[in-house]
Amino acid sequence: MPSYVETEKCDGCKGGDKTACMYICPNDLMVLNKEEMKAYNQEPDACWECYSCVKICPQGAIAVRGYDDFVPMGGQVHPLRSAADIMWTVKFRNGNIKRFKFPVRTTAEGAANAYVGEKGSNLDDENLLLEGDLPSPKAM
Amino acid sequence: MALPNKPVGELDAVVDPEIQEMECDVLIVGGGMAACGTAFEIKKWADDDLKILLCDKASMERSGAVAQGLSAINTYIGGNAIEDYVKMVRNDLMGVVREDLIYDLGRHVDESVKLFEEWGLPVWKKDADGNNLDGAKPAKSLREGGEPVRTGKWQIMINGESYKCIVAEPAKTALGEENCLERIFIVKLLLDKNVENQIAGAAGFSVRENKVVVIKCKTMMVACGGAVNIFRPRSTGEGKGRAWYPVWNAGSTYTMCAQVGATLTMMENRFTPARFKDGYGPVGAWFLLFKAKVQNGLGEFFAGSDDAKAELEKFMPYGGSAVTPTCLRNHLMVKEFKEGRGPILMATDVALNAFLKEREDAGMDPKALKKFWKHLESEAWEDFLDMSVGQAGLWAGANVEPEKVGSEIMPTEPYMLGSHSGCCGIWTSGPDEDWVPTVEGTRVHQYKWGYNRMTTVNGLFTAGDGVGASGHKFSSGSHAEGRICAKQMVKFCRDNDFKPELMQTAQELADEIYAPVKLYHEHVGFTTASGVNPNYCKPAGMMMRLMKATDEYGGGVATYYMTSGKMLGICMDLLQLMKEDCEKMAAGDLHELMRAWENLHRIWCVEAHIRHIIFREESRYPGFYYRSDFPKVDDENWKCFVNSTYDPKSGEWKCEKVECINIVETDPWL
Repeated sequence: MPSYVETEKCDGCKGGDKTACMYICPNDLMVLNKEEMKAYNQEPDACWECYSCVKICPQGAIAVRGYDDFVPMGGQVHPLRSAADIMWTVKFRNGNIKRFKFPVRTTAEGAANAYVGEKGSNLDDENLLLEGDLPSPKAM
Repeated sequence: MALPNKPVGELDAVVDPEIQEMECDVLIVGGGMAACGTAFEIKKWADDDLKILLCDKASMERSGAVAQGLSAINTYIGGNAIEDYVKMVRNDLMGVVREDLIYDLGRHVDESVKLFEEWGLPVWKKDADGNNLDGAKPAKSLREGGEPVRTGKWQIMINGESYKCIVAEPAKTALGEENCLERIFIVKLLLDKNVENQIAGAAGFSVRENKVVVIKCKTMMVACGGAVNIFRPRSTGEGKGRAWYPVWNAGSTYTMCAQVGATLTMMENRFTPARFKDGYGPVGAWFLLFKAKVQNGLGEFFAGSDDAKAELEKFMPYGGSAVTPTCLRNHLMVKEFKEGRGPILMATDVALNAFLKEREDAGMDPKALKKFWKHLESEAWEDFLDMSVGQAGLWAGANVEPEKVGSEIMPTEPYMLGSHSGCCGIWTSGPDEDWVPTVEGTRVHQYKWGYNRMTTVNGLFTAGDGVGASGHKFSSGSHAEGRICAKQMVKFCRDNDFKPELMQTAQELADEIYAPVKLYHEHVGFTTASGVNPNYCKPAGMMMRLMKATDEYGGGVATYYMTSGKMLGICMDLLQLMKEDCEKMAAGDLHELMRAWENLHRIWCVEAHIRHIIFREESRYPGFYYRSDFPKVDDENWKCFVNSTYDPKSGEWKCEKVECINIVETDPWL
């Protein structure tokens, strides 16, 4: 189910050195053509359809078209992700539409506590940060 | 139009890349769940002057197996006994596992899950009436004693679309953005010039600019996932990207560690999960949350039949468990297919309607029933939308509504991994504690040698898919294992004061890494189209060649996972030719250079897989693979690990049997 970029909507992330889709694609598929200032998926048959590019694109220019070797045409699954929720629109080949909304995160972006500056006490035991006494297996 | 004998990618590769040399104390290779665990934990133990770097082939925010998200956390011990977790893993993986590693993981994993929730991951909870609350609703946290929604004994449900983003964020903060080198693909580990069997560095390249990096270090953690696209997938066109496991996992963990002499274990193990056909959507929630059953082509719920029970009796004690081991579940399904009783359908319609009928019979009014149905439908779709959107896309394209019609399921092509229901990987030390068995002999036979999760190579650690003989860690366990490595690496640095020195110069390494680019530029003009040239081969073709050989001779889907000593011998011959031809792989752009190195990693990893299957003269995992010449599970001769070691000096492989010692009671077995 490879991603595709709509020519009209893509602005190449306004000439930065890397586009949002290039930044995020886990498989290095999204590239920017600098002459046209447009991005594209350079290897659609290596696309996992993880939707990372679709979710991150600031222009909403990226969508997914079902794999042509087994998905009948006409359906589409498209997300709209905010900092707290994601809204999915599932459009069926027959035109039916379903919408689902799920939470994605309960804290503000950037708020995850990395426990910076906290230190563990004894490097020679097996306890990790925040852990109390560790059990060992019941004797056989 | 110009002739098509020029590079096609947007980022051309040049013959002489820039070379960047770096030095650190600790190098983390990989950016997935395990690596994020290490990155988060390590600063808690390290002095501030310890220099730590992380290299990720992609961006940590969405890299690794959890990039897309997940709908469940599959390992959370909660109120269960850790011993029972060990028993479950041991039985699922047919008895041959490292119980010390599994137990150790079981005592750390919940802390990772509690951190995830604290960082912002929505975890479903049970309300006072026993109903499911999604993870954003106010409820007690796990740390405060909140009750998660269990699906089966070990899994808990989450709203996990942003799972990886949430876990990567504190990892990056803890390590410092400037120490996280993204889009750097490490392709080779390097041994020390002076100290025998000691890791000293790694080399790789940027997939964004023409730059080779050579990094010296004292200790290293390698966790780059399992191996995908190693057997011919069921979809070979566009759909070959729709692998069940992340398509970017190229076996780099196993190959790179093996090449410097780290002993591997249970590389004969593989995973061929039964998933929704083509979209490879998850089935766990359907089985466990919605209580769905599978029907064969005759409409029979075959898994509970007398025939199935009789078949499972052949594999005792493993076949006798309440939850049948994953491979044996596959075995039963493969039997249906082979005997002509396909297709196999997940009866989603029966399951969902049973829920509705149960409420209706209990007198629920129509309005409440409608609301209940909306919630149920949403839960069913979220399972796909969180972690396998393509399956939702297939249902949308095919007008499938799960309440009206069942969907086909089928076992996939084989994958190699160590964190899911599989256990191939690297042989590592367990914790340095009394309850871990002391064994005479070399590290290949020992269970502990001072540093938990260190491989047989000094200073080289691994986690997640990397650690063998210890499956069922999943996302949370991989993170916990990465945290275990973090502390041990700091200890290693404290105990071992040496200055790493490499055997090769940076220029020699750069020449080796960029060899496919040089070859391309040397010959590309010889033909009028760059794809066909007698002087080189392309990575894309090499991958198809590998997948064809494994599928036909190594027990892929073409033969319903059946192979034999003779077939495996042919596979080995083909792999040898492929390895030779890998020296003729050419790359015109940086993306293709990445593909070239990935394929070399795939081929080595598959070679280890085939060597192990040849050595183990039995069929330990019916349903994952079969040897026609040794068709039975032979506990008398083979209830042992198979460990293999590649000697980087001689280039020889050695396979050996290693004793499997139980730590948790075996009577009762479960």
